[in-house]
Amino acid sequence: MSALTVNPPTTLTHAPRRMPSLRTAIVTVVAYLVAVIFILPYLEMVVTALRPQRELLDRDYLPHHFAWSNFVSLWSTGLGRNLETSLEIAGGATILVLLVAIPAAYYAARRRFRGRTAFLLLVLVTQMFQPTALVVGIYRQFNDLNMINSIWPLMLVNAGFNLAFAVWILNAYFASIPAELEEAALVDGTNRVGAMLRVVLPLAWPGVVTALIFTFIAAWNEFIVALTLWSNNATAPLTVALNGYIGQYQVDWQHLLGGSVVATIPVIVLFALIEGKVVGGLTAGSIK
Amino acid sequence: MQETTTTAARAETRGRARRPAALGGQTVTRRLGRGLVPLAWIGPAIALILFAVIWPVYEMFRTSLQNISPIGIVLGSNGTRNYSTLFAEPDFGQVVVRTVIWTLVVVAGTIAISLPLAQLFNQRFPGRRLTRWALIAPWAASVLMTAIVFRWMLDPNSGVINVLLHQLGIVGSLNSATADWLGRPDSAMVWMMAVAIFVSLPFTTYTLLAGLQSIPGDVYEAARVDGASPLGTYARITLPLLRPAALVATLINLMNVFNSFPIIYVMTRGGPGYKTSTTTVFMYILKQSNIGEAGAMAVVNFGIVIVIVLGFLRVSGWKSERA
Repeated sequence: MSALTVNPPTTLTHAPRRMPSLRTAIVTVVAYLVAVIFILPYLEMVVTALRPQRELLDRDYLPHHFAWSNFVSLWSTGLGRNLETSLEIAGGATILVLLVAIPAAYYAARRRFRGRTAFLLLVLVTQMFQPTALVVGIYRQFNDLNMINSIWPLMLVNAGFNLAFAVWILNAYFASIPAELEEAALVDGTNRVGAMLRVVLPLAWPGVVTALIFTFIAAWNEFIVALTLWSNNATAPLTVALNGYIGQYQVDWQHLLGGSVVATIPVIVLFALIEGKVVGGLTAGSIK
Repeated sequence: MQETTTTAARAETRGRARRPAALGGQTVTRRLGRGLVPLAWIGPAIALILFAVIWPVYEMFRTSLQNISPIGIVLGSNGTRNYSTLFAEPDFGQVVVRTVIWTLVVVAGTIAISLPLAQLFNQRFPGRRLTRWALIAPWAASVLMTAIVFRWMLDPNSGVINVLLHQLGIVGSLNSATADWLGRPDSAMVWMMAVAIFVSLPFTTYTLLAGLQSIPGDVYEAARVDGASPLGTYARITLPLLRPAALVATLINLMNVFNSFPIIYVMTRGGPGYKTSTTTVFMYILKQSNIGEAGAMAVVNFGIVIVIVLGFLRVSGWKSERA
């Protein structure tokens, strides 16, 4: 967000303010073209989701009619149950990440303790790992624990692999808040937990929201671990259920893409809210 | 990774070693209490990492050494036989080569396209905010969903990409072998690489944009006064100053692209045969028949991931004082 106001390119500031220059006009046109290319696949997703069944195989860009009823029939395929599972997993993972990351990030921002460096390095390394590489181990672990077709392992795994982002972003926010603010509270007899909750957390609110949205989206979008730990498509998370549609003898494309729309559009809107802060969290462990 | 765990383990042992001494007197108890305070704050995070990240690493190694029947019964130790079976797979060599090409092409393509994109979105023009929002769509959306819609757009009969290519005269007739891009391994790989680049562009462009914005304006002012050409300024000033951001973006992309699974799995399922599989897809398919061998494949993948992580730590100059 603040990123948008930094350093206007000097070449432009020199042109006196009057008509937009030819250069600006070209830049604008090219930028809009690029923007359109980036959203076209998602527009096609929406258009196909609204195609009537009998127009599905038509070779045109837009259908003659829009079948809004597709979303009603989508519901009758039982997608609501899948949506529920996805919400539970993403919600649970998000709560868990915040509960675990807030105290850790706060303490690491305020105190130099023994093992601090080792802890931060451990966090950085977990950020670099992806569940994909470990999926065989994850499967064995939860198979042995008898936790197949259960939301709990998916909450835990999603929380574990997205903890790093939350720790970095929160750590940066906590570190930017002057310690004097809580010291006043500490002198007044509040303990450190109280000071963190009542003084620091409200000020670090944008960081908390960013961590919350980012974790939720990551867990909501996660595919390979869910695919590995879920065998029952009727109750599976949305990603696994939608994958199950593909490769069947006849693919219900309008329903498959309708489900994709339901899974995708809210997430793009949520992501737009934190867009300016995400790069910082993803590269925090690595940029000096 | 190994280095990390030893450091972490050492820190832990140190903590544990202090416990018996605590039985001494009051002051020792108090000091010990103080020593345990950090654990109350960071302990839950460590516990979560141990349970959800480190335990699977152990399970993966264990699996790679076990003889497990297709229905999941452990028949005992298998020594290194899973590894020799894996290396003797007729498709193994091809899959590894394909993975290397896949990773290099996608990462190089992503950086090559992101550099001019970042330059473009760093300009001032009306509606910049709006266009940047459009840019994030493939980043926010699940890669799975993007892969699904691309598979549909490449449908041989009515996919819009094929319809467009047909109108342009590139695809002779629809519902033909030519239009079946995903049915032929070579053209399937090209399209899947394009999709992989497409979903990697937003993060990379944003990281490079952040890098561009950290370059102070007076550097350009000086170059302008010296009469440097725009291209010369870009090559001699922008690119070198952009290096740290570009390196970080490259390494994070390396990791993501190497581990990329949903694009290939959704668009071709790694087939025909294993002809469009990378090592992660190969591992996933093996998992369904011989999980011990899949474990061996996972360990090999893991080794490659470690090399990338170490490269990352080195390039980023991760040192103890900072952080």
